[in-house]
Amino acid sequence: MANYTITVNGQSKTVNVDPDTPLLWVLRDELNLVGTKYGCGIAHCGVCTVHLNGEAARSCSIPISLVKDQPITTIEGLSDTINHPLQAAWREHDVPQCGYCQSGQIMSAAALLKSIPNPSDEDIDNAMYGNLCRCATYLRIKKAIKTASKNI
Amino acid sequence: MNKVNRRDFIKTSALASGSLFIGFNWMGCKSDQAVVEVLKAMPKEWFTFDAYIKIGETGLITIFSQNPEIGQNIKTSMPMIVAEELDVDWKDVIVEQAPLNTDWYERQVAGGSQSIRQGWEILRNAGASVKQLLVETAAARWEADPSDCSVSKGIVSHKDGRSIGYGALAKEASQKEVPKDFTLKKPEDFTIIGKSKVNVDINDILSGQPLFGLDYKEEGMVYAVVVRPPAFGNTLESFDKTATEKINGVIDVVSFGDKIAIIAKNTWAAIKGKKALKTTWKKSAKFEDSTYHTKTLKEYLAKKSTSPRRVDGDIDKAFKAADDIIERTYEAPFLPHNCMEPMNFFANVTSEKVHLVGPIQTPKWTESRVADLLGRKLEDIDVHMTRMGGGFGRRLYGDFALEAAEISSKINKPVKVVFSREDDMLAGTYRPASAYRFKVGIKDGEITAYHLTEACFNGQMFPPMESNFPCGAIPNYRVDCHKIDSNITTGAWRAPYANFLAFAEQAFLDELSTHLQQDPIEFRLALLEKAQKNPVGEKYNYEVDKMKGVIELAVEKSNWKERKTNKGFCAYYSHNTYVAEVAEVEMVNNSPIVKKIYCAVDCGIVINPKAALNQIEGGILDGMGHAMYADFEFENGRSKSSNFHNYRHLRMVEAPEIEVHFVQSNNDPTGLGEPTLPPAGGAIANAIFAATQKRLYKQPFVKEIKVLG
Repeated sequence: MANYTITVNGQSKTVNVDPDTPLLWVLRDELNLVGTKYGCGIAHCGVCTVHLNGEAARSCSIPISLVKDQPITTIEGLSDTINHPLQAAWREHDVPQCGYCQSGQIMSAAALLKSIPNPSDEDIDNAMYGNLCRCATYLRIKKAIKTASKNI
Repeated sequence: MNKVNRRDFIKTSALASGSLFIGFNWMGCKSDQAVVEVLKAMPKEWFTFDAYIKIGETGLITIFSQNPEIGQNIKTSMPMIVAEELDVDWKDVIVEQAPLNTDWYERQVAGGSQSIRQGWEILRNAGASVKQLLVETAAARWEADPSDCSVSKGIVSHKDGRSIGYGALAKEASQKEVPKDFTLKKPEDFTIIGKSKVNVDINDILSGQPLFGLDYKEEGMVYAVVVRPPAFGNTLESFDKTATEKINGVIDVVSFGDKIAIIAKNTWAAIKGKKALKTTWKKSAKFEDSTYHTKTLKEYLAKKSTSPRRVDGDIDKAFKAADDIIERTYEAPFLPHNCMEPMNFFANVTSEKVHLVGPIQTPKWTESRVADLLGRKLEDIDVHMTRMGGGFGRRLYGDFALEAAEISSKINKPVKVVFSREDDMLAGTYRPASAYRFKVGIKDGEITAYHLTEACFNGQMFPPMESNFPCGAIPNYRVDCHKIDSNITTGAWRAPYANFLAFAEQAFLDELSTHLQQDPIEFRLALLEKAQKNPVGEKYNYEVDKMKGVIELAVEKSNWKERKTNKGFCAYYSHNTYVAEVAEVEMVNNSPIVKKIYCAVDCGIVINPKAALNQIEGGILDGMGHAMYADFEFENGRSKSSNFHNYRHLRMVEAPEIEVHFVQSNNDPTGLGEPTLPPAGGAIANAIFAATQKRLYKQPFVKEIKVLG
């Protein structure tokens, strides 16, 4: 066990955990930030996606010891008012069915729009390939990303 | 009529001292996000009317949603029905998940696409009777005739111009009996039903608030990860917990039955503790594998059952007299459900009560099973339903809730059982592997005999599926079903039986139409005509006009007759809803790609159109993904797939365009959670034939043909 100080959603947090503890479980169990979900534990479904240093990262496969001073943004920190253009577009298209994967979808999409503000279909397919939606809301996710890209 | 007895309701809700209505004490949970959108102020006092409605003095309405939410949008769509008949502004409505209460609610189940269909009348009555009560209360105050009053958006108005809001009437009205005489609205007067309303949990979902079972926490709660037998056929011989107990955060290791629970301070410690546990397993039953499954299914398909499910005429005689016989066999594997949220449940078993919280499609059944397991009274047990990260049938079974209850009772602590993805996929309650054989006799160009044989592990198609189309259209017809025992746990999987039978049947009918040199649509319509004009045998399980309705709509919207693209057709009736789908397939580098699917649906009145479309799209893509890619095999009693790296699900890039058309209808609504899934595989297989001239007989299709995503 060791103390780790990390920056999550702009706030500094210190946790006392084993060095191999994945960031996902630090967020969920230690910091009560449960918007980041557990799905597979091997970075193959994308429900645990957060931003690490501004880029999409699968938090289930990042040990806390490697986070260091890289800032983390989770779905809870994406916006204060639930009005990030992606969140607004998700609402407009009423995207979720069960909703479980959607925070990971939005975090992947937010990273995409940061690097490519006007993504093509192919850009979206590539960026979102790692995010599974078992309810298959894919068509709406794609539409919502396009709507958001117009409003960003 | 509404089942709820008002007197009982008041008594029980008083006993519950309101705690059930407050919702869960979720650590870290923000205040109700839905309120942000509501225009009226939060009331100081709520007045309860029936099991569905309470009204605050400010005119804000709370509607309880009785059924478990698995992503079928029931938490929005069912309260919309109550709000419609109560005649309130949807903006003034807060929706709360109701707890399990068998005295107040009928059928608190998510399954069979039945929530809307079976809830329709009860929910309308719940709203309309309270509206009548509020009108009568206003009229009495005005010393007027209730029939001179009308309601719009929660305001009662007299024809002389006086008006009063529900909020001002709520206290007085709530002390009166809810009337038994009231009228329901006419569909043409609906203002909420038929207008899209966004998911009531949307803001909590979009901001990552705790909603799901896996998010649930209570003070003092510990985590449990369970080691289960590695193969079906294994039982526990012994285990060594020395290494596990050395892991930081591990609190305890307890065995129950053939399982061992690692109890820890957090999830990661429990996962590590599980990996460190040394176990010895005994082979106590047969280890099954996929070769055995295929061989056994085929053996049974060759047999007739001693008790056939349906017999019209005499197929044997007809086959003897036939001048042509066609026989085809279709096969599908076991399938895991793979809900994105792995199985989990919270339990706190104390001498006073058993407190259960989590994602469950069958709270009532779970309550009684936990009572039996722990030897407790039903009154001791309360079950709270969280939002579920998918269900697909897996969460009907409650095994995870029973595990949580048993572990909590052993360690005397509040505990949350968490399945890893591997636990979820390896210890599933799978869709059983099954096979179908169709044998048809043809005489002078007419189908004279139709024999369907089913072979399935641990199950048989549900009645009355034996009377599905084309039953009633063929003079000699027989259905045999064989249930074969397997030690692999199986259960319902979205659109049970239909999820594969529809493909088998519709691919076979398509091949049959080609064989008879008929257009596949004309061929089906001719059979429907026969079933309608001159039905054979007892009742059959579909309405010809509704089936024709969706077929004709799909034909029109897909430009079926143009045939410029490779098209495949499928029509299927399941879960009380009629669906026809047309798939379009394009060849790219000699591989078929599904480009578009047209879908025509008759589900009666559409409650929440945008959400209905979501279900339809999801069902089609679920059907498509599993028909094409879901390769799931067993070896030595254990599935070869264990996580998403070795089990393929449909991803965004593979999702084709979908165009949906509803049959306009004022019939009572039917469900949409399942019925669009079954036809997808058939439509795609038939389109792949149009493109490649290759027929597919096995799922997943990737095993038979190179399919590009």
